[in-house]
Parts: sequence; structure tokens; C-alpha cells
Amino acid sequence: MITVPCPWCGPRNSADLRYVGESRPRPQPNATTREEWRTYLYIRNNPAGWTTETWYCRAGCRRYFVVERHTVTNEIRASRPHRRQLESENS
Amino acid sequence: MSTNGLPAKFSAWNLFRRGLTGESWPPVWRSHDLEGSYDVVVIGAGVHGLATAYYLAKNHGINRVAVLDKGYVGGGGSGRNTAIVRSNYLTAEGVQFYDRSVKLYQSLAVDLNFNVMFSRRGHLTLAHNDGSLRTMRWRAEVNKLQGIDSEVIGPDEIKALVPEMDTSTSARYPILGALYHPPGGIVRHDAVNWGYARAADARGVHIHQNTEVIDIETSGDRVTAVKTNRGSIATPVVVNCTAGWATTIADMVGVRLPIITHPLQAAVTEPVKFFLHAVVVSGSLHVYVSQTERGELVFGASVDPYASYSMRGSLEFTEELAGHVLELIPSISKMRLLRQWAGLCDMTPDYSPIMGFTAVGGFLVDVGWGTYGFKAGPVAGEAMAEAIATNKTPEIISSFGLDRFQSGQLVGEKGAASVGH
Repeated sequence: MITVPCPWCGPRNSADLRYVGESRPRPQPNATTREEWRTYLYIRNNPAGWTTETWYCRAGCRRYFVVERHTVTNEIRASRPHRRQLESENS
Repeated sequence: MSTNGLPAKFSAWNLFRRGLTGESWPPVWRSHDLEGSYDVVVIGAGVHGLATAYYLAKNHGINRVAVLDKGYVGGGGSGRNTAIVRSNYLTAEGVQFYDRSVKLYQSLAVDLNFNVMFSRRGHLTLAHNDGSLRTMRWRAEVNKLQGIDSEVIGPDEIKALVPEMDTSTSARYPILGALYHPPGGIVRHDAVNWGYARAADARGVHIHQNTEVIDIETSGDRVTAVKTNRGSIATPVVVNCTAGWATTIADMVGVRLPIITHPLQAAVTEPVKFFLHAVVVSGSLHVYVSQTERGELVFGASVDPYASYSMRGSLEFTEELAGHVLELIPSISKMRLLRQWAGLCDMTPDYSPIMGFTAVGGFLVDVGWGTYGFKAGPVAGEAMAEAIATNKTPEIISSFGLDRFQSGQLVGEKGAASVGH
């Protein structure tokens, strides 16, 4: 298991968190083709290198955040609040 | 040379003769210079890649085949799995497919002239709650309809098969029943890799270890060449058998895959006297246990819960695993773990593989094997060889095409693929 820094709670064991997955733009459900929607659902970049992904602080602040992690070394170079998390808190 | 084309056939007579004469055995497979062109290039020298090459040569007479690997034969998932074979899946497509593989494994030692140590054990998938017991009944009925020996049994029958199991109702997660699959068993995974490598080599296939694919060249919408760190190879057909690294190869020709690479950890104990006949799996406790012919207990678990290409083990895994194993078999609490390791699993959304042709001509995939790749090695190789030789998708893999993620016809095997995803 790895240590992942939550922007609010600091470094946490990944067992305290939930891995949501690779960040990718979500098409508008009402204005998208079937192909675009299924590509969004299933297809992943799955890089062996730097990736941007979403995590959820399950056992801590229960907020979503974005992490930049290297999938081969598990090194983490950035962690920031998720845009939609901030939007929902400010609305 | 013996009559079947294999050099230095393994037999009691040959063992006796070489014992007396002191004549040494030839290498199990040979090294070759990289040729400028091959009819087929297989990427990945694991059980899938080697089996594909072997059946291309054996069943279809295509032996100008190169099997490339950036590491060594069987160094990836093929040498890191827990070597269980079974066919008690959840969908009719899955059951038929894995049943063919179990049948091939049963006669593989004779076919390859290499002892793969196939051991029929009986396979128990435990149910600790009503939900999983219902899935077991579902699987048993699907299995029976396909002619597979598979049935739901109760705690008393489980106790008779594995007396060491704690089947009491006072256990933390009491065992309510199990799906019992008598044909299930274990195989020596390294022997399968080496056996396929040896038999493919004997039929003219070139196995190139330490040969990393850097790029795949296309012209129009067809594959034309593979660039490696040892030089370029012209070829009309490339097969991607790289499991956890499948995406990195598919990216070279612009084929996008619905795959997420997760590590999966496993461990073995010190060897002890043989006591555990059956293969025991518990989805709720995220663990599977079997005892090898050498006496070691092999433990596997569910995949690590995040995408990674790192193959490092973790203490949490060992702690959790040991705790869960002891809930099932308390009497082994004094045993010590010898070692632990991790392999990479190429997980798909529906827990079924992705096999066959892609939008790029001559680029085939045999990927998405998740946690069930080893048990499918022989049938996957046989089917991929047929697809290449006939240029048509064989019936047995017709449900596993990459296009199913656009058509929406997924083959949901989550309930039977492995433990606790």
C-alpha cells in the first residue's frame, strides 16, 4: 500500500482512502453520442508513467481530491482539491 | 532427434541412457539472432504468447514466428500467478472457454513431453453469506447446463473434504456452503512456460528474450514492422500478449483499450507435510489457498485497490492475508511465510478477456486477462493461433472481441472471476 497526501488531512495510508480512478472529462449525458459515452465509461489511458487521478478521503474528511502520481514508482508530485468538490462546497 | 521433432525427448529410457553415458542435456530452448522478417511476431513470452506460437506451428504449420519479451520467459504474470485451473464460471461463454482450457491442461504434459505437474484437487469456493450462496447456486446451474461437474455443498461435506477447515457457526464469518468443482486443480506454472517454450522452439519458433519492443510501424491501416532494441523486424501480423503492459503496446498503433493495470500480491509458506487436498477460495475473505506438490501453501488475494505498474509487496497485504487464512484454517498459525511477491493484472470492466482482431489490420490482442490469465493459457493460444491462420475469429472467442465495449454486449464474469473485487 502507498501513502497518499490528502490536501485537507495530510499524508494518509491508501487504505484510508478510496481510489476513484483516472481523471477524464465527462461528456454531457444529454448531448453525447453512444460511442462517446461508452468511451468515457470504459476506455482508459492506463499509462506506465505520470497520471492524474481522483481519490476520495473515505476515513478522513470525506472529500474528493486530485493527485498526480507515477504509476511505475508510485511517486506523488501534486495533490489538490477536486474542482467539483470545491464547486459543491461553495454553492 | 525423436520422431515428433522434439530434441532429446524426455523419457525414462533417455534418462537412464544419459545417466550411464554422462551425455549432457541440450538447452531446453535455443537463442537466435534476430531475423529481418517473420510471418508472425508475438509480443510477450508468457504462457499466452508461447502457447500462441506453439499452436501456430503445431496446428497450422506456421513456424516463422518470433516471440519477443523485454525480460525473460515466464517472468511476468505467467510466473507470478497461483497456478489454479478451473472452469466453474458464471456465463455460458466463460464456462465453455475455460472448460476447453482445463481439458488441454489435463493432457498437456503428454502433448508437450514436459511434466507440467497437473494435479486434480477439487475446487471449493466458500460462501459466508446468503448473497454469495445464491451466486454459487447460480454458477452451479450454469455449469451443469454446460456439462461441467459443479455443485453446491454444505458445511458437513466441506468438513469431510478439508477436515482442518473451521466450519463451526461460532466463526467470525461462518461458512454456509460452497461451490464444489471436482475437476479444478493446480499446475506448475513455470513448467507450463518452459514446456511451451521448448515445444515451440523444437518446431522452429524463435524465442527472443531481453528484446524490448520500442515501436510498431504501420502503413495505411496495416501493421508492417516491429522496432526493438535489437533491430527492426518486418511482419504482417503482431499479437499483443503482454497482460499488465497491454496498454503500452496497444498505444503504439493507436488501439485504445478498456484496461486498468492493478498489482496482485501472493505469498507462499514454508513446505510442510501434505494435508490440504482441495483448492480453497473465499471471496468474502479475499483469499485463496492451495498446497503445492512441494508442500508449500500458496496464498493469493484480491488486486491492490489502485492502478499501478509497481510490483512491490506490502505489509498490509501480509497481515490481512494471514488473518483471513487463519479464520479458515486456524491450525496453521505456527507456519511461517517464505516469500511474497506481486504481479500485474490487466483488469477489464466486465472481468472477461479481450481477444482477436482490432481496427488496425494485422494487430491482434490477447489481453485483459485480469486475475484469470494462467488458467486460460492453452485455450487462448489455440484460439489466437486459429484466428491468425484462418483470418477469422473462432467461435469460442467470438464473445470476447474489443468491439463489445462499443456495442454494449459485455460478458459479466465479476461474480466468478476471482475473489472480492
